[in-house]
Amino acid sequence: MVERVLAAEAALALIDKLRAIHGDLMFHQSGGCCDGSAPMCYPKGEFRIGGSDVKLGEIGGCEFFMSESQFEYWKHTQLLIDVVPGRGSGFSLESPEGVRFLTRSRVFTDEEVAELEKAA
Amino acid sequence: MLHQAIQTVKSKLAWRDRYDNFIGGKWVAPVGGQYFTNVSPITGKPIGEIARSQAADVELALDAAHKAKDAWGRAAPAQRALVLNRIADRIEANLPLLAQVETIDNGKPIRETTHADLPLGVDHFRYFAGVLRAQEGGISEVDHDTVAYHFHEPLGVVGQIIPWNFPLLMAIWKLAPALAAGNCVVLKPAEQTPLSIMVLTELIADLLPEGVLNVVNGFGVEAGKPLASNKRISKIAFTGETTTGRLIMQYASENLIPVTLELGGKSPNVFFADVMDEDDDYFDKALEGFALFALNQGEVCTCPSRVLVQESIFDRFIERAVARVNKIKQGHPLDPSTMIGAQASNDQLEKILSYIDIGRKEGAEVLTGGGRANLEGELSTGYYVQPTVLRGHNKMRVFQEEIFGPVVSVTTFKDFDDAISIANDTLYGLGAGVWSRNGTQAYRAGRAIQAGRVWTNCYHAYPAHAAFGGYKQSGIGRENHKMMLDHYQQTKNLLVSYSPKALGFF
Repeated sequence: MVERVLAAEAALALIDKLRAIHGDLMFHQSGGCCDGSAPMCYPKGEFRIGGSDVKLGEIGGCEFFMSESQFEYWKHTQLLIDVVPGRGSGFSLESPEGVRFLTRSRVFTDEEVAELEKAA
Repeated sequence: MLHQAIQTVKSKLAWRDRYDNFIGGKWVAPVGGQYFTNVSPITGKPIGEIARSQAADVELALDAAHKAKDAWGRAAPAQRALVLNRIADRIEANLPLLAQVETIDNGKPIRETTHADLPLGVDHFRYFAGVLRAQEGGISEVDHDTVAYHFHEPLGVVGQIIPWNFPLLMAIWKLAPALAAGNCVVLKPAEQTPLSIMVLTELIADLLPEGVLNVVNGFGVEAGKPLASNKRISKIAFTGETTTGRLIMQYASENLIPVTLELGGKSPNVFFADVMDEDDDYFDKALEGFALFALNQGEVCTCPSRVLVQESIFDRFIERAVARVNKIKQGHPLDPSTMIGAQASNDQLEKILSYIDIGRKEGAEVLTGGGRANLEGELSTGYYVQPTVLRGHNKMRVFQEEIFGPVVSVTTFKDFDDAISIANDTLYGLGAGVWSRNGTQAYRAGRAIQAGRVWTNCYHAYPAHAAFGGYKQSGIGRENHKMMLDHYQQTKNLLVSYSPKALGFF
C-alpha cells in the first residue's frame, strides 16, 4: 500500500520522546508564512480538526492531517517527516527540544498515483 | 567582524548578555529560572541568553498590564500621541545602533535595517500618533430628541505574537496602533529573534508608564499558548502561518475575543509584454521588481515568489532578469554593500533547501542558484542560500507554498485572462505585483487579482497609510493604516433621549 506520509527514524524517535512528556499526539501540516510549510505537532485533540481537513495517514501512531485546500496542491507528492536542529515552529511541541520537524517530499510515480486513486 | 560589531554596539547602547522578561516597567526573572540561548544567524553562534517563560510569567505580565490599563486608557489622546512621538524620536536618535542589533539578531543586511526596517518603524509610531489625534467619534441624530453618541474606547489588555522576519518592524506595526488606541500590551517576540525587541524595550522604557508594555520571551508552546489562550486578554494579534493561525482562532473562540491574523502568501508578480517596449528607466525598475524576491532573503510574507511573464517576451525578459539576480551581492550582513544576508535559522535554511529539492523533483528548471551558499570565514557556519530562480508551472509545489527564502518560481501566461487565472490560482491573497506601461491594463489587473495589496509598477513598499492585509487564507484584518485603531478599540454608543415624554408602551 502506498503511504501519503512517512516518518524518518529521527522523527519516530522524537515522537516517542514527546509522547512520553505530553501523551498522545497529532500532526497538522501548516502552510503560509514564517514557520509555515512545517508539520505542527500537538497533544492529541489540541487542534480542532474540521470538515476542511483531510487525514493523510499516521506516523508513529499519530494521525497526520492537512487542510483539504492545501492537499489539492500537495496530493501528487509523498511527505517524509524528518527532524533537523532548529528552533521555533508556532506552538509545535518539539521546539523547546532544540529541534523541529521538517517535511521532505517526493513526487509519486504514475503507478503509485493509480494505486492511490484506486484506494480512494 | 560580528564580535567587533557587538562590542561596538554594547559600548554605546544597553545590551545585556542575559535578558529577563520586561514586566511592569522592571526586569523580572522567569519564574522557572530557565533561559534559552539566542543565536545569531550570521555565524550560527550564541550571542546571549533569553528568558524561557512559562504560563506563570505570562500571568505576571497580565497582572501588570491590567494594573496599568485604566490610567493608560484614560490618558488624553494628546498624551498618548506624545509618548508615541517620543518613542519615534528615541528610535531615530539611536537608529544606526538598533539597525546593527536587528541585523545581528535576524541576519538581514545592514543596509535594509538602516534604510527600511528602522525608518519605517520610526514613521509608524509618528503615523499612529498623528491619526490618533485626528480620530473623531460620531454623533448621529436619530430624531430631534434622540442622539447616538459614538465613542472610541480601548479594548484593555491585548496579546501580540511577533514573527521573526522583521522582529522590530512587525512588533512596531502591532504596538503603535495598540498603544495609540489606549491598550496595554503583553508581547511575545519570536524565539528565533528575541534580542532586538528587548534592546528597544530598554531604550524606550522610561517613556512609557509601568505596565503599558510588557514583553515575555519563550517558546510558542510554553509562552505563546498561555498568552493566546488566556482569559485575561481582550484581543490577540498574530503574524505567522495557517495552522497556528487556526489554533489561535480556536483559543480565541473559547474566550470570545477578536483576532487579527497575518498568515503569509504566495504573491504573484505579473509582467505584461509592454514592460519591454523600451529599455529605459522603467524597464530597469521592473527588473529590480523581479529581483525583489531576494529582499530580506525572501523571508517576507509578501515575497514576490511567483513571477508570471507574458510569453511573447519571456526569453528576452528572463535573460535580463537572471542577469540582474546574478548581480545580487551576498556577503556579511554587517557589510553595507551586502544585498542578501543570512536566513534567520537553521531550520529555515533546511526548509528552503527541501523546497528547492522538491522543485527539481517536480521538473522545475534551475535558471540560477539552486543551493546553499557556502561563505567563508565566520560566515561558514551561518545560514546562507543562493538567490534561486526556478522555471516551471503553477501547479508545482514551489509555486503553491511559501518557501520563505530567496527562491522565485517563474512561469508564462498568454494574455490578460490567463495572467489573472494563474495569479488567482493560489490559497493565498496577501500581496501581488503588476507591471505594465498601460495604466488601464494595470488597473484592471490590480482589481482582478484577489489580494489585499497589489503593488502597481512597484513592489515591497510598506508606507504607513496604505492598508496591508490578506484575502483568502492570508489572514483577517489590516495593518499599517488608521483603520487599525478600530482593530484595537471598542465602540461605545450612548443612545440619549432628550424627550420628556414617556414611550407610551406601559
